[in-house]
Amino acid sequence: MFEILLDATVRAGTPILFATLGAIINERAGIINLGIEGLMLIGALAGFSGTYLSGSLFVGVIAAFCATFIAGSIHALITVQLRGNQIVSGLALTMFGVGVTALFGKSMVGLTIVGFKRVAIPGLSQLPFIGKAFFNQDLLIYFSFFLVFMIWFFLYRTRWGLGVRSVGENPAAADTCGFSVSKYRFLAVTVGSGFVGIGGAYLSLASTPMWIENMSAGRGWIAVALVIFAGWSSPRAMLGAYLFGGITAMQLRFQAMGTTISAHILQMLPYFFTILVLVISTHRLQKGASQQPEGLGLPYDREDRK
Amino acid sequence: MKLVIERREISSALLRFSAPIASIGVALFVAGFLLLASGVSPLEAYKEIIIESLGSIYGLSETLVKTTPLIFAGLGVSLAFRMQIWNIGAEGQIYVGAMGASWVALFSGIQTHWIMLTAMFFAAFLCGGTWAGVAGFLRARWKVNEVIVTLLMNYIAILWVDYLIYGPWKDPKGFNFPLTAQFSDTARLAEYFNTRMHSGFFLALFCALVLYLFIERTVWGYEIKVIGSNQRAAKYAGMNTGMAIFFVLFLSGAIAGIAGFSEVAGLQHRLQHGISPGYGYTAIIIAWLAKRSAIGVVIVSFLMGVLLVGGDSLQLLWQLPVAFVYAFQGLILFFLLASDFFIIYRLKFVKGGAHV
Repeated sequence: MFEILLDATVRAGTPILFATLGAIINERAGIINLGIEGLMLIGALAGFSGTYLSGSLFVGVIAAFCATFIAGSIHALITVQLRGNQIVSGLALTMFGVGVTALFGKSMVGLTIVGFKRVAIPGLSQLPFIGKAFFNQDLLIYFSFFLVFMIWFFLYRTRWGLGVRSVGENPAAADTCGFSVSKYRFLAVTVGSGFVGIGGAYLSLASTPMWIENMSAGRGWIAVALVIFAGWSSPRAMLGAYLFGGITAMQLRFQAMGTTISAHILQMLPYFFTILVLVISTHRLQKGASQQPEGLGLPYDREDRK
Repeated sequence: MKLVIERREISSALLRFSAPIASIGVALFVAGFLLLASGVSPLEAYKEIIIESLGSIYGLSETLVKTTPLIFAGLGVSLAFRMQIWNIGAEGQIYVGAMGASWVALFSGIQTHWIMLTAMFFAAFLCGGTWAGVAGFLRARWKVNEVIVTLLMNYIAILWVDYLIYGPWKDPKGFNFPLTAQFSDTARLAEYFNTRMHSGFFLALFCALVLYLFIERTVWGYEIKVIGSNQRAAKYAGMNTGMAIFFVLFLSGAIAGIAGFSEVAGLQHRLQHGISPGYGYTAIIIAWLAKRSAIGVVIVSFLMGVLLVGGDSLQLLWQLPVAFVYAFQGLILFFLLASDFFIIYRLKFVKGGAHV
């Protein structure tokens, strides 16, 4: 029972994990991206279409990354180059994503593909309790573990990562030190968006191997909230994403057991808990030292430098 | 030759006025390619949108029917914008407003027409206000991000209404469809010209006028404007910014909630699934396009009404999904944001070397 629940937790948490990681990269460079929900949908559709047309799951994942990289570059162009309002641009991206995927996804509705299969890692998958849940999963889940580590390593152990963090904390100082603010911000937004797209692709290639209109169902927004819970750190994002995976898994379990509680009420739980977690983590953020990037949400114009 | 970005010394009024119109134009042009890609001729589609929404009395009445909730929701969102507060939850506020009004209509047993409608109005007002007020309280008390809270509460509101109409409020004579019983005649707004147009439209116009007077002619409106433009200055002037944030979000949600009242009392005459097909999200664009003006909200709501009625007919004719309208709205916002840049800056070709 515990093993089944933990397994379902990891599977339900993975799309949110990818989306949260992508959002963290955006925000670390100082750009708020509220287009996560739309990007997940674009990734889900691009991933599904890519796989359906080519017959290869790998091509699907690459297609998801590329499509959301391009969609993310619209947000990057508007917020970085044109210094537009980040909140409105992100909302526009979500609306655009919902609309465009409904339009182009129409021909994909009802088609099926063979999704990602489980690959057991010898040895590790035999570990008691956690072995099955973490090491008898599909390749995308293993990739998400790798990505959590890579993003941490990139941000704290490489010069480029330092650049991303500094344009997010204090773009004027970063500019003075020779980091190109617009280049770092543009790439952080587009690459981050690409990872969000892989999260979307997880939905249509692994969770349920098909395309359903609006299949992200608010996961993108949960990811935006989780960035704050995670304190802009990738290992904590993993914790947050699995917490929500756990709530989703439990809710599905309750429904399967035939409880008398209405399914509609149970479906509210993830959203309700997200708000609760957001309140708690915001409260904590204000008491302790804030991990929030100082320059978050502010456009940078060299002429305004003080 | 080198391309440089230069800040304009003055941004002309003509440019500010024409930029939104130009962005809608460019968005129409780009959306044309999306239509082409799905096998529909853009010119025919646009012609169809205009004819269906404005070409007949019936079409016009349908456009006004859609304009009505958009005005309420747009006013609500733009009021919060005034104070740099983001109410992305108008969609949910419409749902809980509709729920409050329906509760009164179904279970209060009031027999007098005007008392019934007044009670429904205030129930919707309070429900919508309370719903947004939660986000307002969290923002004022602990600085919790109101964008995320209002948005997530949309999902909860829609699921809550679903719970009611699939469960305790389901019409026992409704053949198991997820809807409540029909309201009695006491709980209905007046309808005109044998169309679906109802007095909610005039209520919306009245609401726009009241809000305009509230912002421009009262001390509270003045405070909202001051806090919106400079929160620190407002604090030094002794204004209670926390209270104002709560109050503005409450009012913002309450106005969006009235849209729910107007929809159930004027149009649907019962609570059912999908009572708002995304009016609350369209309201964000309306508020942004209208640039804080209540009259602007009315005009832009009408334009969006045209688009929604047209979108419905595109769905009937070419089976285009209704959500296509969102893609179009997203494009309008993109180009609007881009045009803002060209109001403040200009691109200039400079000969030779570095400029700065």
